[in-house]
Amino acid sequence: MIWFGAALMLLVAVSGLLVVQTRDVTAQVVALGFYGLLMGLVFFFFQAPDVALSQVTVGAIALPLMVMLAISRMKFRSAHSQSANSKGDKHD
Amino acid sequence: MTERMRVSIFLIAGCIFFGLYCYASLNMPPWGHYRGPYGDAIARVAVYERHATDVVNAINYDYRGFDTLGEEFILFTAVLGVMMLLRREEGVPTRPVGKVEDESKLSSAVRVMCRPAVTVTLVFGFYIGSHGQLTPGGGFQAGVILAAVPFLIYVCENVEAFRRVTSHAAVEVIEAVGAGSYALIGLAAVLFGVPLLTNILPLGKTGDVFSAGNIALISVCVGVEVTAAFLLVGFTYLQEIITGEMPEK
Repeated sequence: MIWFGAALMLLVAVSGLLVVQTRDVTAQVVALGFYGLLMGLVFFFFQAPDVALSQVTVGAIALPLMVMLAISRMKFRSAHSQSANSKGDKHD
Repeated sequence: MTERMRVSIFLIAGCIFFGLYCYASLNMPPWGHYRGPYGDAIARVAVYERHATDVVNAINYDYRGFDTLGEEFILFTAVLGVMMLLRREEGVPTRPVGKVEDESKLSSAVRVMCRPAVTVTLVFGFYIGSHGQLTPGGGFQAGVILAAVPFLIYVCENVEAFRRVTSHAAVEVIEAVGAGSYALIGLAAVLFGVPLLTNILPLGKTGDVFSAGNIALISVCVGVEVTAAFLLVGFTYLQEIITGEMPEK
């Protein structure tokens, strides 16, 4: 039984590495959510269902959601401020 | 830093990690074996004293309820900070930059599956919130799950549907009421002449939905607060995208 836990923790370590290796931001957020789910699985295996549920909600819903919201806002802003700037350049 | 140096640093760190990992794996206590006196002590008395079968929530909302009150206000303050930073000032002229197209690009198959997914998420959120004292879960988790529902609608339907759910001024009031009612429940105990956050409500029958007194009530209040908090942050972030207006610079 302990080997299953050890394998799970190794999986978490590998997926953490893969989150860093993912370079595209949107794909990275999805990878981060998957990493959060795996962490939840680890907590569940080690008999902490309460913490597992918190981890799944925070790691797989709240954190990717907040990052995605920030990214979408930044993309929207930069897309529209760039178009305004380029118009100004044409006037000059 | 060259690529080679980077790889060698990673290999060194990886070797150290692997050594520690093997050491930890071989010396783990047997599965399900708990070491330490407090867990056993609290597991023995919690069901008898508080009629709550989920001992974790009995600790969170009762035995150390004052800590959780502080934690709840951390979330409240964090949301307040985000809204202060991203707020749109009154009277600042805005210019329309074009609405994001309201047509969902998703296939109709995904959009059909959205409705059952919303229903299941809603039911699960309410279940987790109302059974905080009985099964793993509680207000905080329920709040995040319930707050995910409007975002699911946002992804599957359109911006307008999301705006209808979240843009009400009532969300702000609901968040404040959720956070404040936790403190009020705590203060109510003081009125009865017992210490802050003492469990003064009838404990009920162990295993009932309406049992464990304060614990269930506080759990619901936290759930309301967390749901409203996440919706507020989400709306504040997406405000420009939803209204299609940006402040003039």
